[in-house]
Amino acid sequence: MSLCFVDVTELARRIAGREISAEEVTRAHLEQARQLDGALRAFITLDAQGALEAARALDSRLARGEPVGPLCGVPVALKDNLVSAGLQTSAGSRILAGWIPPYDGTAVARIRAADAVILGKLNLDEFAMGSSTESSPLRGPCCNPWDTTRVPGGSSGGAAAAVAAGLCAGALGTDTGGSIRQPAALCGVSGLKPTYGRVSRYGVIAFASSLDQVGPLARSVRDCAALLEVIAGPDPRDSTSIPRGLAPGSLLAACARRDLAGLRVGVPREYFEQGGPEPDVERAVREAIEELRALGAEPREISLPHTPYAVATYYLIATAEASSNLARYDGVRFGLRAEGARSLDEMYTRTRQQGFGAEVKRRIMLGTFALSTGYYEAYYGRAQRVRTLIRRDFTRAFERCDVIATPTSPFPAFRQGEKQGDPLQMYLADIYTLSCNLAGLPGLSLPCGFSAGGLPLGLQLLGPPLAEETLLGVGAAYQAATDWHRRRPPLADGAAQEALP
Amino acid sequence: MSRITPELMRHVAELSRLELSDDELTTFTRQLDAVLAHVAQLEELDLDEAIEGTAHAVDLTCPWRADEPGPSLPRDRVLGPAPERDEACFVVPRIIEG
Repeated sequence: MSLCFVDVTELARRIAGREISAEEVTRAHLEQARQLDGALRAFITLDAQGALEAARALDSRLARGEPVGPLCGVPVALKDNLVSAGLQTSAGSRILAGWIPPYDGTAVARIRAADAVILGKLNLDEFAMGSSTESSPLRGPCCNPWDTTRVPGGSSGGAAAAVAAGLCAGALGTDTGGSIRQPAALCGVSGLKPTYGRVSRYGVIAFASSLDQVGPLARSVRDCAALLEVIAGPDPRDSTSIPRGLAPGSLLAACARRDLAGLRVGVPREYFEQGGPEPDVERAVREAIEELRALGAEPREISLPHTPYAVATYYLIATAEASSNLARYDGVRFGLRAEGARSLDEMYTRTRQQGFGAEVKRRIMLGTFALSTGYYEAYYGRAQRVRTLIRRDFTRAFERCDVIATPTSPFPAFRQGEKQGDPLQMYLADIYTLSCNLAGLPGLSLPCGFSAGGLPLGLQLLGPPLAEETLLGVGAAYQAATDWHRRRPPLADGAAQEALP
Repeated sequence: MSRITPELMRHVAELSRLELSDDELTTFTRQLDAVLAHVAQLEELDLDEAIEGTAHAVDLTCPWRADEPGPSLPRDRVLGPAPERDEACFVVPRIIEG
């Protein structure tokens, strides 16, 4: 068995038990990246030297018998909008190229403290704005390991591609409207967006602050639990973090669930109407729901009546918040400054003109418009009120069910370039994932089959706020009964040959 | 429903501190107009006066942290990544003549 496809907890246990060294594991993953990342472009920065130093330091501590953290030696990579001390954090943008942060964000600090080995920073759509990881001016478009002519999804496309191809054991991404779940689905891995406030946003490059959340991507639901266990919890540096933490070990314990007797699974009728998902997606999701039934669950139809309004609501709120958050990129404190400006105002304008890519500019302008005098009430104000209705739909639905099952994406991975130049078509790719962020809910995507063309498909499970244990338990039960999550992209399979001793 | 015109686009770009080329102006006007046509569907909804806006999905009251002194990042490390700096400040183009 290749070292590059071992479960997170298994790797940590073997390294901590000194059956295998952290250095060997790190080297195997760096070798996998060396072979595949030219084709995938999953990484923006691969920090081979830093990773090997961290791994050797960990091996020395183990040799001295010192205590180690729960992710001992596990090779993890970080989406490049998570601030990491000493390691370039670019958000994939020219405006931040070369920025070496002086501090770690909270999730990154917790990953380090758990003794994971950080391999580097992962490709994304610039400022996490996109659903395909094609708008990446620093590294270029990231490719799907199942078919490199297709997108990996986005915006955490580098994270999903790296996990799927065995370049890392797990990754941290961010999800503002589906940016963890949709690429997880398109690359055949598992990804969790936690409840809003579950993970600190300190040190996350802000896109839309009322929607952004950090979460794990990994090859199984249980691996996601192991990562979330480490990064979750209150943080005095984020006033929106939920004061109540998780009981230690509770998420991994939840993954022991095998029996879903009595679990009420809501299937929202609106998600299959109005065109609905592609037939392959619908078939796979309906089969997954039957699998949950076979495990004891009780599927039932529910209604989320305001679903058709989610895309419009989301794109007004997210862009409004983005236009405000991205005001800080002005060429003064970090990143790019345009040359030759004669005044401060000209310096701001030119820096932003040169530094931001087209999609970021579009969203800043849409958000600025939605907040501007004369339009504020009709656009931003109205969107906030519709957000209340969308949230209320979920509150009512969860009186009738424990989890909601839907497709993650209406279609499998699309071709590079297919939706570029038509922003609205790209926005509609997120139709099933956006509501979860608007309502602040936890959402899990997990592999549930393949299209006729051999592309992975994802099942999305949504829960009420703080129901991560339920989602992970249901997901783990499903993965114990199926092997979709064990399938590997052919390109990744032969790459690393080392076997576990 | 509002339409995005090139004039409005220029105004919004100015508010956003962005300078658009002629090509960008044409493309963005068309694309954002299409997005606005889609978001216009929110106007179908008859929103009761009683429906308040949601700014945040989680009901949190803004907590106060304890007002205790603690260490900050060293000045040099904060100034380090700046495009232009002197010993203690970020340096920007002159804003006052004289």
